[in-house]
Amino acid sequence: MTTQLMKGNDAVIIGALAAGCRVYFGYPITPASEIAHAAARHFPALGGVFVQAESEVAAINMVYGTAGMGVRCMTASSSPGFSLKQEGLSYCAGAELPCVVIDVNRGGPGLGNIAPEQSDYFQVTKGGGHGSYRLITLAPNSAQEMCDLTFLAFDLADQYRTPACLLADGVIGQMMEAVDVPKARPVPFDHSDWAVRGTPETRHLITSIYLEADALEAHNLKLAQKYQRITENEVRFEEYCTEDADLIVVAYGVVSRLASSAIDLARQQGLKVGLLRPITLWPFPSQKIAQLAETTKVFLSLELNSMGQMVEDVRLAVNGKKPVYFVGHCGGKNFGCQEIVDLMKKYL
Amino acid sequence: MSDENLTAPYMEVDAELCKGCLMCIGVCPKKVIEQSKKLNSASYHPVYYAGQGCLGCGMCFYACPEPGAIRVVKP
Amino acid sequence: MKIYEKPAAFYDEFSRKGGNVKTTHYCPGCGHGNIHKLIAEALDDMHLTEKTIFVSPVGCSVFGYYYFNTGHFQASHGRAPAVATGIKRANPGSIVISYQGDGDLAAIGTAETLHAANRGENITVIFVNNAIYGMTGGQMAPTTLLGQVTKTTPLGRQEDLHGNPVRMAEIIATLPTAHYVERVMIGDAKDIAQARKAIRKGLQNQIDGKGYSFIEILSPCPTNWGMTPVDAKKWLKEKMTQIFPVGLLKDTTEGQEGKWYRQFADFVPEKTDAYLEQLVDVGHLASLDGVSAPDGLQCKFAGFGGQGILTLGLMFAQLAMRAGSKVSWIPSYGPEMRGGTANCSVNIAQKRIGSPLAETPNLLVVMNQPSLEAFEASMQPGGLLIYDSSIVEKAPQRKDIRVVGLKASDMATELGNSKVANVILLGAIIAALDLYPIEFVKESLKGIIKKKALIDINLEALIKGYEMAARR
Repeated sequence: MTTQLMKGNDAVIIGALAAGCRVYFGYPITPASEIAHAAARHFPALGGVFVQAESEVAAINMVYGTAGMGVRCMTASSSPGFSLKQEGLSYCAGAELPCVVIDVNRGGPGLGNIAPEQSDYFQVTKGGGHGSYRLITLAPNSAQEMCDLTFLAFDLADQYRTPACLLADGVIGQMMEAVDVPKARPVPFDHSDWAVRGTPETRHLITSIYLEADALEAHNLKLAQKYQRITENEVRFEEYCTEDADLIVVAYGVVSRLASSAIDLARQQGLKVGLLRPITLWPFPSQKIAQLAETTKVFLSLELNSMGQMVEDVRLAVNGKKPVYFVGHCGGKNFGCQEIVDLMKKYL
Repeated sequence: MSDENLTAPYMEVDAELCKGCLMCIGVCPKKVIEQSKKLNSASYHPVYYAGQGCLGCGMCFYACPEPGAIRVVKP
Repeated sequence: MKIYEKPAAFYDEFSRKGGNVKTTHYCPGCGHGNIHKLIAEALDDMHLTEKTIFVSPVGCSVFGYYYFNTGHFQASHGRAPAVATGIKRANPGSIVISYQGDGDLAAIGTAETLHAANRGENITVIFVNNAIYGMTGGQMAPTTLLGQVTKTTPLGRQEDLHGNPVRMAEIIATLPTAHYVERVMIGDAKDIAQARKAIRKGLQNQIDGKGYSFIEILSPCPTNWGMTPVDAKKWLKEKMTQIFPVGLLKDTTEGQEGKWYRQFADFVPEKTDAYLEQLVDVGHLASLDGVSAPDGLQCKFAGFGGQGILTLGLMFAQLAMRAGSKVSWIPSYGPEMRGGTANCSVNIAQKRIGSPLAETPNLLVVMNQPSLEAFEASMQPGGLLIYDSSIVEKAPQRKDIRVVGLKASDMATELGNSKVANVILLGAIIAALDLYPIEFVKESLKGIIKKKALIDINLEALIKGYEMAARR
């Protein structure tokens, strides 16, 4: 039996191991530390590397070093730590280095608290650091997805030579669920045409500096084309009861779980409601939402933050065709299922 | 040319690569390097070998910050 | 015959650079060129060029990749030692040079510098100290001398305003894992010869796995010092060496075994599979005869931390998973987890679990009074409430739920182990809900309980609770 009850944070490392990652650099922070704990146990046991870095900044730059050799590697943190990694992520994106970063979102701004929030949506999906770039952003809503999307993140990062991020929340990270452990698979990417490996043939250059205006523009346009390809090919989402829905909730992570229960309740009461759950927050399922805007009457973005972040992308996708509402909780407060049903009634 | 000339150490300067910092002149134990009055194409006054007396010690080579400006041969 | 000429480790042409492709981008009299030459010559002589990875910092030497025919990483400001760590750990056979200036190494990257040294990373750090920021145009560096005029210390560096020049070699030398620390300079011929020796030793240490080498090189910056190259060299030798004396600060590499070469094993999927299998092995599996997967359970387990209440929830979830249900378990998460009480939510369903929270539980298990008061009201009508009446003194008030109280803690103490109170409650839950055949639970617990010595007492406790509740 290769199914075991485990925390989402532990499942991340299981997925990473199966994907062939054995290099982890990290810094302790609640509520992401279990990921580092698991990496510290398992990576060296398989001849890999675990380094507790002196800072979040150092950790992402260690990732830059390993990733530049085309070797699968990762780091994980939570919101304030993710903020610190932004410079390094910008370098990774600029130098086109595949790597995986986990953000287990906690309360902010500033020190905030350690409770679950979804207030890092902007800083993860919009680039976050300096310069024009994007992070592939996957939003798991179960322990199984913490495992599977970590595995997928490594493949996407390698395929597009770009950092990929899992944006989770404290609930998904701390929750235990049964996880089917995937089979390990050889890494299907070579990278020897660009990676630097300390061999005669791999004396390449890992850099993001392009001094000449022409060169930097060309580089940025190349990145933009890559992001366009990702947008065209890698959108992932899940629909629940959207076919005849008059109101569609858009939610990810733990909120999507709460919303699906609320939809079950509401449907029992005859309310025509559904759920669109983005699995990729970037690229965002804009086309799908635009399609749904043709059939549904109203959208409701439910998020664990105070002012609405994802709702902006929902509104861009809906493009004024239907009303889009936002309701949020933050600071560790979460939606109740009955509350969501009441909100549906209010906005229907 | 005499045998002595064939076996004598010498230094040579690629005048186009010299930036005229004069570090070589400072370390030369025999003071056989001089600075030209002419400008090279990067508008530096390059140095040149005075023609004789070089020991082939290589000090000027290490004192020179440019990778390819100075070459020293000690037969 | 001896020929001194451009080392082969340099590219023939520095074609990444505009202008004259045979010269460096450095100003006349700049020490970087000398240091580059010493490194290139060492790479030639030691046959290292093909396996060297050169990490360029932000600063004047950002363009190291113009020159060396090696692998290259351009690192962000101050992070070269971290990048070098990432390279070396996953590729211990490569030769990694972290080449950094004073602003990079001793200001913005101080932490990375100290900690790479403190981890004994098997790398060679070349620290070019010219007492000023070069590329950004002559601002104060951490190594700027007192009185030295820079763009940001127009009246000269003053101790009471700007602090003192930082002596990195001395600081690094205090770390037991910094094995070789030497300060040299690009001064006269003899000084340069010493620098040449130091660079070679730093590289040899890395080959031999002798760990971290730190070579600080005092280097002239005539342009930003506002001096001719000749005067700059004089100032370096007369002034800089007063604060930064050259010489060997530390060498503990003699007789060392080379244990700082850290192995990195290739990824072998089969090995990983075998490892994962033993990792997630659920142990002994019970027969599923007569077992049906439970459905529609929203459970809350609450009590004091240390009573085993979270473990009780976990065992309950594991049983349901083994019986074929979907399960989720989540501990109380947030500030209260630091306090005295703890609770967890367990959801069990045959098909799909939406919300993993148990807002309106139909099973509530409480092991202390505050938990009963906190959660009793949230229960669904008709639900089951089980409580430890050894501890909970005020009985539940609700009339529309089923209530089972048993003195689990007292019973556990009688059994000789107060920690099994939670398992007594587990037995009671199974009986009260008539959830599984007791044989299934007993057999499953043999797999769930990891400490084999504790299985018997736990099974005893399970039966005790089961029988007690079954009698009611």
